[in-house]
Amino acid sequence: MEQTTWNFIFIGITFAVYIGIAIWSRAGSTKEYYTAGGSVSPFANGMATAADWMSAATFISMAGGIAAAGYGASKFLMGWTGGFVLLTTLMVPYLRKFGKATVPDFVGDRFYSNGARLVAVICAIFICMTYIMGQMRGVGIVFSRLFDIEIWMGVMIGGGIVFFYAGLGGMKGITYTQVAQYCVMVFAYTIPVIFISIIITGNVIPQLGLIGNYVKEGAEDSQPLLEKINQISVDLGFREYTAGTGNTLDLFCITAALMVGTAGLPHVIVRFFTVKSVKAVRKSAFWTLSFIAIIYLTAPALGMFARTNFIEEINEKKYQNAPEWFVNWENQGMIAWVDKNNDGIMQYRAGNVFTGKPTFNDTDRLENGPRLVTNEIDSSTNEVYYDKDIIVLANPEMAGLPKWVIALVMAGCVAAALSTAAGLLLVLSTSISHDLMKKIIKPDISDKQEIRYARIASFGALVIAAYFGINPPSSFVAKTVAFAFGLAASSFFPTLIMGIFSKRINKEGAIAGMISGIGFTLSYIIYFQFWTESKDYWMGISPEGIGFLGMIINFVVAFLVSAVTPPPPQEVQDMVEEIRIPKGSGEATHH
Amino acid sequence: MTNPAAPTTTKSNYWKANLSITFKILIIWFVVSFGCGILFKEELDQFSVGGAPLGFWMAQQGSIICFVVLLITYSFLMNKLDQKHGYDEEEG
Repeated sequence: MEQTTWNFIFIGITFAVYIGIAIWSRAGSTKEYYTAGGSVSPFANGMATAADWMSAATFISMAGGIAAAGYGASKFLMGWTGGFVLLTTLMVPYLRKFGKATVPDFVGDRFYSNGARLVAVICAIFICMTYIMGQMRGVGIVFSRLFDIEIWMGVMIGGGIVFFYAGLGGMKGITYTQVAQYCVMVFAYTIPVIFISIIITGNVIPQLGLIGNYVKEGAEDSQPLLEKINQISVDLGFREYTAGTGNTLDLFCITAALMVGTAGLPHVIVRFFTVKSVKAVRKSAFWTLSFIAIIYLTAPALGMFARTNFIEEINEKKYQNAPEWFVNWENQGMIAWVDKNNDGIMQYRAGNVFTGKPTFNDTDRLENGPRLVTNEIDSSTNEVYYDKDIIVLANPEMAGLPKWVIALVMAGCVAAALSTAAGLLLVLSTSISHDLMKKIIKPDISDKQEIRYARIASFGALVIAAYFGINPPSSFVAKTVAFAFGLAASSFFPTLIMGIFSKRINKEGAIAGMISGIGFTLSYIIYFQFWTESKDYWMGISPEGIGFLGMIINFVVAFLVSAVTPPPPQEVQDMVEEIRIPKGSGEATHH
Repeated sequence: MTNPAAPTTTKSNYWKANLSITFKILIIWFVVSFGCGILFKEELDQFSVGGAPLGFWMAQQGSIICFVVLLITYSFLMNKLDQKHGYDEEEG
């Protein structure tokens, strides 16, 4: 069977399942729309949260990032999993006990101020908006490759599907669709890696392959795989794969910012409002991290195997004898080769092949020759350019796996993008319908009207996200990751922690803390990402890691301001007492 | 607790015990990730897990495994604490 036929079969079946689930579990009330009626089992919520959390970027790009950076990519691995320890021990059990539907709800009530609520709403909208744009782009790219259509058409199809089940089904529809999407993702991610692990290391379990020996057919004597890749890397002019990055402070700050940012992301927090009790929240958090860990523990193995495979198959080989996948992905524009020394042999080395992403001139291309690149050629000896996303996308082909595996990986990419987009869309729509309309602008709207506002808001948000998915403002989407995490780290995380663990922090302190934390973080990021090209960071801390300092500033300012202003009213202090006791959480409500 | 104490002391005892569990979990969390994976990575690299340097392995595998173990431990300890103070509930 043709590859396209397999793709249609896999995407078709998975979409039919998602839509079927959405119709079966559509929401009838605001309670079901916001928190699935608070009746999801911890296990199912764990799967759904894992799917919600792992975006298209995680699924497609993370392994490639690890393959390229080696130890340096550890910040993503630790940051995006370690955050769940903070989330579980410091946040969600208490917020679940509080029992409202959204995060700005807690901020508004705990700090008895609509001003604080408004700051929280704006942060939530901004974080989700930056995130969802990347997802729409991801869906568009995958669809355009799958069915050979334009990216904008891919974005429109993906957006339509997401609106159908997120906008109509609400939290309940999303939750059960995400459970299905997690299952697709986990098979799509691990099956190819297991095959490759067997080929390269003879080990069925990739995590054991990672620490095992290189035994690929024709290898002379067996040697630990990591030792081999370290040696190859140094020979080709790269840093040792397992070596440190040389800037421990920056690595520390980025890891910390990703962790606290994770614990402050509203679309992850609200997922825990869907289970029945505080006890169920703790259990569900454990399941969530377990499901995430299956993929995060596999990614380092995949990255390393793929890097080994890539170098073995490409380096010092004649272009005429290049494997089929190399030419396929070259035709997709994800790989390029520039024969700098005119020997017809591909040399893969450290350094840039040319400036920026490749632009091709196909009219002068010779038959059986490489695509010609019009970029300015770099003086380094490296001749092979590859987009790091092919580490996951081309991986099954590199390892010579059957066509249905490739289709499965594509279905996994789509599942990853759709599940995250749906979760974000829900938080966006509830922020607008519930926190903004119901709580601040028009308190007298009915349940039905509130859901209608939510659906209108999710449609509006999707249109904006689709627009930026089709026309990404240059490399804006990549840069906004720093924004989303920096903002979550410097706003929600410290404010929520203080709201739960201190009875003394008052509204003046919380608002001053949030504004100074966000202000500092945003100005640092904007200055270095958009204002200047300079990389002369303060103490070497890159914009991705500055959210950690922003968080400290938020804490300090909030404490100082609270100390010189009157304590919160008695009923707020009683409320804090109340959320610390797990008993009697009841259903999450929105009133 | 065999003798039901006055509600306020039960509450404050519970909260103190809760903070102590949380604090211990977070210390281990910090040591396995920031400690082993970043700050003392070079020192730990002298040892190895199978074919991998220990510091590198902690950063890419070990810390994540520890996080999962920490969460199940937290859930277990907190449920026990809830029971002891009579705050336990059906999971639903």
